[in-house]
Amino acid sequence: MKFRGKHAEERPQLQMTSMIDVVFLLLIFFILTFKIVELEGDFSIRMPIADASAGSMDDTELPIKLRLRASESGRLSSILLNDNDLGTDFGRLHAMILALVGNTGGPSTGEGPELEIDTDYNLRYEHVVDAITAVSGEKVGDRQVSLIEKLKFAPPRKP
Amino acid sequence: MRVTSKKPELVEADLTPMIDMVFQLIAFFMVLINFAQTEANDNVQLPSSVLVKPPEAPLDFPIVVHVGADGRIFVGGDTYTAETLGIRFRSELAVLSARSDLEISDATVIIRAHRDCAVGEVQEVIRVAQDLKLVNFALRVKEDLQ
Repeated sequence: MKFRGKHAEERPQLQMTSMIDVVFLLLIFFILTFKIVELEGDFSIRMPIADASAGSMDDTELPIKLRLRASESGRLSSILLNDNDLGTDFGRLHAMILALVGNTGGPSTGEGPELEIDTDYNLRYEHVVDAITAVSGEKVGDRQVSLIEKLKFAPPRKP
Repeated sequence: MRVTSKKPELVEADLTPMIDMVFQLIAFFMVLINFAQTEANDNVQLPSSVLVKPPEAPLDFPIVVHVGADGRIFVGGDTYTAETLGIRFRSELAVLSARSDLEISDATVIIRAHRDCAVGEVQEVIRVAQDLKLVNFALRVKEDLQ
């Protein structure tokens, strides 16, 4: 038998174009929706509404008073801890809390003194978070030492 | 002279390394994509603190409240004021009361306030929640990895 015209052996080819199209679309989707996730955490506050009978508590149960004053622009103008003026230095506030709480600081126990934060209405929120950070504890290496865990806010001072 | 006609051959690029890379990139973005960003709000830039850590266990009944720099309050995509926020809290509490396994003390109001907002706005949110017997609050801040 005679074979006419010998065809070269052809390799079967996959059609890649459509797959690459889809893959690039997926890639663009993921690049556009990508957002670096910032880690977030909470300062937990248990704050039931003030009870009318709460006025009868004795002096030992009175909370530590932290007063934060604001300038007209909302910047921190002074920190007062139990009426002691600490300027605007959160380091001093932390040292004072350390002196007040003493050696009771340690791992989280849920016990200890209570601190009431009384702020001007227009104070920027980040200053309050700085104050809460200063009174709540400190980071020693990888370990976290708790100081004051019970926090509450005084009623808002409406302008 | 005899001219032999030769079919021009198509030059084929080797696409294998490119496809490998593209699949690697897709896998990378797929792993990192976070569909649970529903809690975030573009109007809010959180303050930061070195003391906070991401919660280890999810809360039983979280109510996420966003407070923008201008004092606007956002809950679940709707905008409220301190006066109207109570309506939203009541509807959330109605959902809570329909669940037999939870009590009002299991609800936690997560406050995601902008770092430059007036703290009085945050206190107003707390006051409205307290009026409805909500007692647990969580001030959400960004973890500061110094």
